[in-house]
Parts: sequence; structure tokens; C-alpha cells
Amino acid sequence: MPINYYVILAMSLFSIGVVGVLTRRNAIIIFMCIELMLNAVNLLLVAFSKMHYANLAGGSATANVGTEAQLFVFFIMVVAAAEVSVGLAIIVMMYRNIHSVDVNFLNRLKH
Amino acid sequence: MNITEILFWFLSVLALIGALMMVTNKNPVYSVLWLIVVFFAISGHYILLNAQFLAIVNIIVYAGAIMVLFLFVIMLMNMNADNEPQKNKWLQLAGAVAGGSLLLVIVAALRKSETLAGQHTDAGGTTGLIHNLGQVLFKDFVLPFEISSILFLSAMVGAVVIGKKGD
Repeated sequence: MPINYYVILAMSLFSIGVVGVLTRRNAIIIFMCIELMLNAVNLLLVAFSKMHYANLAGGSATANVGTEAQLFVFFIMVVAAAEVSVGLAIIVMMYRNIHSVDVNFLNRLKH
Repeated sequence: MNITEILFWFLSVLALIGALMMVTNKNPVYSVLWLIVVFFAISGHYILLNAQFLAIVNIIVYAGAIMVLFLFVIMLMNMNADNEPQKNKWLQLAGAVAGGSLLLVIVAALRKSETLAGQHTDAGGTTGLIHNLGQVLFKDFVLPFEISSILFLSAMVGAVVIGKKGD
């Protein structure tokens, strides 16, 4: 498939994530929208890595031309997994303090 | 229209519908389930893009581990019922317009862009296999790999410290 379709698909997913962050008030759903945006960027990185491989395939393509970008995406997933654990712990702590996950009530750092 | 294009359009429509349902659904549990649908669609895209290992990792880590963590937290908080207060309609409309304008601007900027030649050639199909990725990961990227283990250790300690009851 041409790269333009992947760009438009990834941008649509990213924009849906942005709309979710702007319109929803539930902290957990906002967090899920951030995960959606991360995945849209990952999809775009993988699409561009395949395009880069195909672009080099005529000339100096070695065996691992496309693997660096995929490892980049792999490290993004690793960091995202660590981020989710800490973020969910913060949300649970806030729920324990103010008994709500509505971000309208989370406008103060200290309760 | 060959099988690749049919799969591409099917997975794209599935991902977009899942994302829209995730954002618009009132019940957080249903939002998590729709987000799992989106992750499976993105994994299908990875397979189409010769990234088989990333597809499996995406299913295991995202759809398996992270979404189960979200479900646990939601059920722990007893948020099954719709308890999100109805807020200002104009703010929601403004958010939707802002996101839509972002999409419009970037798509309009990239619509006429030229694509590089040779993008239709086959990339071989063995790029994303665990053999290739493992060779590169443990030869060239072994230092970031080890540093990520320290990151996981610190994240684990941080999650336990933050989530500890009574301080």
C-alpha cells in the first residue's frame, strides 16, 4: 500500500486520541487515549521503516535495514509499559484521596 | 483489488471504528474492550508491514498486559456504571472541532506530497522476524536493552511506593 494511506490512517487515530483527551473527563479514559496516540505513532514508524527498506532495496540494501526502526518501536513499547504502571498507580492514589477520577476535581496537586 | 488491499481497508475501518467507539462510549469497561479491538487491528497492520515480532509483542504487551491492568483498575474503582457528570456541550464541541482541525491541517499538508520511488517492491518478508531483530538487538542495541531493565525496575519500585496504602 502507498505510504499516504498509512499517514492518513495514523493521523486519524492520533486525532481521535486528541479529541478524546480534550472531551472526556474520566482520567482513565484520557490515559487510554494517550495509549491510542502512542500506537498511532508506532504504526507510522513501522510503515516508514518498510518504505525505507524498499527504497534501499535496489542499491545497498543489507539484511537489517528495516530492523532498526522496528527495534525503535519495540523500545517505545517498553517505555510505554513502564509508563502505564506508574500512571495507573498515580490514578489509584488520586482515587483513594478524593474518591473520584474526574479531572475537574484534580486541579490541585495536594489535597 | 488483491488480498493485501482488502486486508488493509478492513483493518483500517476496524481500527477507526474501534477508536471512535472507545472515545464516545460512556462505560469505561466498554472503552477498554474497544481499545483492545484497535490494538488487534494495529497488530494486523504490523503483519502486513513485515513486522511479525512487533505484532506479537503488541498483542501480548498491549492487549494482554496493559489492558488487563486497565480493566483491573476500573473494576477496583467500581466504575461500571456511568458516573461521568454531564459537562458543557460547547466544550465537547470545541474539543471535537480542535481535533478535527488538527487532522484537516495535517492531511491537507501531506495530501499532495510526493512519494519516493520504489515503494511497491517487496521487502523480503524476513525483516521483522525474531532472528533478525534479535541479532541486531543483542549486538548493536544491547546497552539500551539493559538500561530498559533498570527503567522497569525503577517503574516497579515507583508504582509500589505510589500505590502503597498509608504513609
